[in-house]
Amino acid sequence: MKHERLIVIGNGMAGVATIEEILKKPSPPTITVFGGEPHVNYNRILLSDVLACAKTTEEIFLNSREWYEKHAIQLHPGVFITGIDLDHKQVIAQSGERYEFDKLLIATGSVPLIPPMKGVDKKGVFTFRNIEDTESMIQWAARNDRAVVIGGGLLGLEAARGLTNRGMMVTVVHLMGHLMEKQLDATAGAILKTEVEKMGIEVRLNCTVKEILGKGKVEAVRFSTGDLIKTDLALITAGIRPNVKLAEEAGLAVKRGILVGYHMQSSHPEVFAVGECVEFRGWTYGLVAPIMEQAKVAAEAIAGSRSLVYGGSTPATTLKVAGIRLTSMGDFQQNGADCEEITYADPNMGIYKKVVLQGNRVAGAILLGETEDGPRLLEWIRKGTDVGPFRKSLLWDGNGAQPRPIPVAGMQDNETVCGCMSVTKGTIVEAIKTHKLTDREGIGEKTRACTSCKSCGPLIDQLLEDALGSTYVAAPKVNDLCACARMTRQALRQVIQERQLKSYSTVKESGCLGDCGVCKPGVSFLLSEIWPKDYADERQARFINDRVHANIQKDGTFSVVPRIYGGVTSPEQLRRIADVAEKYNVRMVKITGGQRIDLLGVKKEDLPKIWADLDIPSGHAYAKAVRTVKTCVGSDFCRFGVGDSTALGIEMEKRFEGLYTPHKVKMAVSGCPRNCAESYVKDIGVVAIEGGWEVYVGGAAGMNVRKGDLLCRVDIGQEVLDAATKFLQYYRENGEYMERTYDFVPRIGIETIRRVIFNKISGEPDRLLERFHEAKSAVVDPWKKESRRPVHKRQFSDLTIVE
Amino acid sequence: MEIPVEHKKMVLVRAGTVEDIPRGEGRCFTIQDRRIAIFHLEDGSFGAVDHDCPHRGGPLSDGIVGRDSVICPLHGWRIDLRTGVVIGQEGKSVKTYPVRIEQGEILLKVQG
Repeated sequence: MKHERLIVIGNGMAGVATIEEILKKPSPPTITVFGGEPHVNYNRILLSDVLACAKTTEEIFLNSREWYEKHAIQLHPGVFITGIDLDHKQVIAQSGERYEFDKLLIATGSVPLIPPMKGVDKKGVFTFRNIEDTESMIQWAARNDRAVVIGGGLLGLEAARGLTNRGMMVTVVHLMGHLMEKQLDATAGAILKTEVEKMGIEVRLNCTVKEILGKGKVEAVRFSTGDLIKTDLALITAGIRPNVKLAEEAGLAVKRGILVGYHMQSSHPEVFAVGECVEFRGWTYGLVAPIMEQAKVAAEAIAGSRSLVYGGSTPATTLKVAGIRLTSMGDFQQNGADCEEITYADPNMGIYKKVVLQGNRVAGAILLGETEDGPRLLEWIRKGTDVGPFRKSLLWDGNGAQPRPIPVAGMQDNETVCGCMSVTKGTIVEAIKTHKLTDREGIGEKTRACTSCKSCGPLIDQLLEDALGSTYVAAPKVNDLCACARMTRQALRQVIQERQLKSYSTVKESGCLGDCGVCKPGVSFLLSEIWPKDYADERQARFINDRVHANIQKDGTFSVVPRIYGGVTSPEQLRRIADVAEKYNVRMVKITGGQRIDLLGVKKEDLPKIWADLDIPSGHAYAKAVRTVKTCVGSDFCRFGVGDSTALGIEMEKRFEGLYTPHKVKMAVSGCPRNCAESYVKDIGVVAIEGGWEVYVGGAAGMNVRKGDLLCRVDIGQEVLDAATKFLQYYRENGEYMERTYDFVPRIGIETIRRVIFNKISGEPDRLLERFHEAKSAVVDPWKKESRRPVHKRQFSDLTIVE
Repeated sequence: MEIPVEHKKMVLVRAGTVEDIPRGEGRCFTIQDRRIAIFHLEDGSFGAVDHDCPHRGGPLSDGIVGRDSVICPLHGWRIDLRTGVVIGQEGKSVKTYPVRIEQGEILLKVQG
């Protein structure tokens, strides 16, 4: 077997995965690889991450040139093989040059399917298969605004999201009655459609594109109905077909794909095939995990052993779209005779779970919205586990709030941990030991596990923890609400909504929190945001400032800041403030940066009396809430002013006052771009320009200085209010507690924010306004007479000793 | 019966009734220049520690109460109410006082 020559046609994931397996064998053959693309091997499924700005091209490369060199693999990148001469056991390159082989592996993958339509040759029409497609699409997206994605399958949706992230208005056109029909049933498809639309992506179903129009470059697409939509980019993601041209011409048996047997051999005994180009017992696969399974079998066969057998794969797919959790596996249709369905659906929450059972064995599943059960279900499908004994808890363990521990310790070494890359527990555990790995990244590098959809991350963490014991350092879970909660804000939000929890105590009792105390104010805010009208305010769950409506100072006294709308006051108001300051021996009267007056050094027990004497609304300087709206003099007096900044500032402050937010929100309105109110460095800053206004968000002038991002330019003040309202409500619902807008805006991305809060098609802008008004109508000024009565007899006072 | 020497120095103080402190909150009281924070924990029990945070003297009675700890409102130091130990700050602690409830009254033992 020594120095047998193996030629591999195809430098993609399947070809190289097989090579990697072959290299593990004793005395591997000399290997020559031909790749149609001018690169080293890369992770094709992560192209959607590249398009979505989540990764760079460099980050998705799998094997370096050094790797090829180290293993003496001759790589011919960018060299097309145009023929296979089976009689002489040679492959023929485009140049005419011939290369001899003893064994041949065909891994030519697939090509995009182009449905019959006119105009596909125009500039701006793309397919989404390789790095070149992705990079040219990114360049095109940077210069253009509208995109139509033809085909609402997995790839189409990932691409749509990616193009949205690139700042495009995207419409997805799908031939079928629901999205991703190969992985989803109609119910799941409908819920997914809503989730996709929430991202500002328009979806058109039952729609066939007949023609792509434009003079040289795409300008519109026309449907079979005759309808027309304008667009600058058309992306065809209508499916793939196995790339069988070479095999077919060489005379190998081919149907839809290259026909292979149990050992991945083709109809010729020395020719093998793996990946998307093969057909096994009528099945073709376009997913990574099956390919990895095939690679192991093929490597074994090429090494001359028949000990491994390929028996087909269970398809399992995870949609890689940020914000949507979706996994589909196995046979999710109810096809078999003794099949039954178990479903749970909450369309408003975007949750749908379905398990198809066939005689007490799981045949398939769809998980949308909550996918934690994915690995467990897939393992049951693969092993054919009898799930009869725990049917009741297949979808529900009776305590939805508790994250279910995944019993990784009980898994066998040959059980799969990473479904995407088909990596077993044994492989990972061995890699941890051999290479002394300490984190997910290291494991990804050595085994490829957890490099794609990442849903096996928690399992890998457990394996690390088991292997390393006390030396294991958990990766910081940045998204967890709190160290005592171990779940994200969104997850807790769902639990709160699902189970109608309306007070901190009930959330605590639900078992979601460890009651460390730290997250009490955050959870209180979350509750007030979800249930503005009927949330049960529990004072013990709030910071002292919110219990006494004043700002605690270093000596335990408090500061009082009355509201001065837009920083505009009057002699009468000033006199009242002065009188109060004298009467209560206020230690310092300070003009604040937000253009109002701070009375410092007030004793807790004096607070209610001061509010009564002031008789001015609360300035909420003590709260994570809307603070001030700073203004300049504006067009009323200033000779440069182009907009009435004081009037608009006052209106804004009145509209937003009293509203609680994830962190404080400071605003400003400047009457001209000289920006005297410092609008560019506010959470929401407004600047008058000739004939209109600019609205900036996410500015900062604290520990860090950041100029806000331009949210929009509008004509009139009402539109400013409208835009600011939508942004503020969006921030209230999506900001992490204690996350200022200057972190929030860059995290979400200004384009995404714009798309979500202004895209009328989705209905989201109106929903934001509606929820804002609901929240605002529930605002109560705690300084007002009606609310001044203490909530407890000792709200403001110490205990007294009974003698 | 012999009374332990230590006990002779302790005084029993009546610091109001259980209704004086809302559940999940703390309140302060002063006895002979000493300020003590008493907490009404969520499980219904009571605990008492010196009022001033060992960090910068923050008023612990105004802190947020966790299951068995209080978080100082000034800079977030967290104090275990059973032991008085500052969590995560080696060697720092506050004094704790035994609290007893009798017929709704909060009784506290302090050194006289």
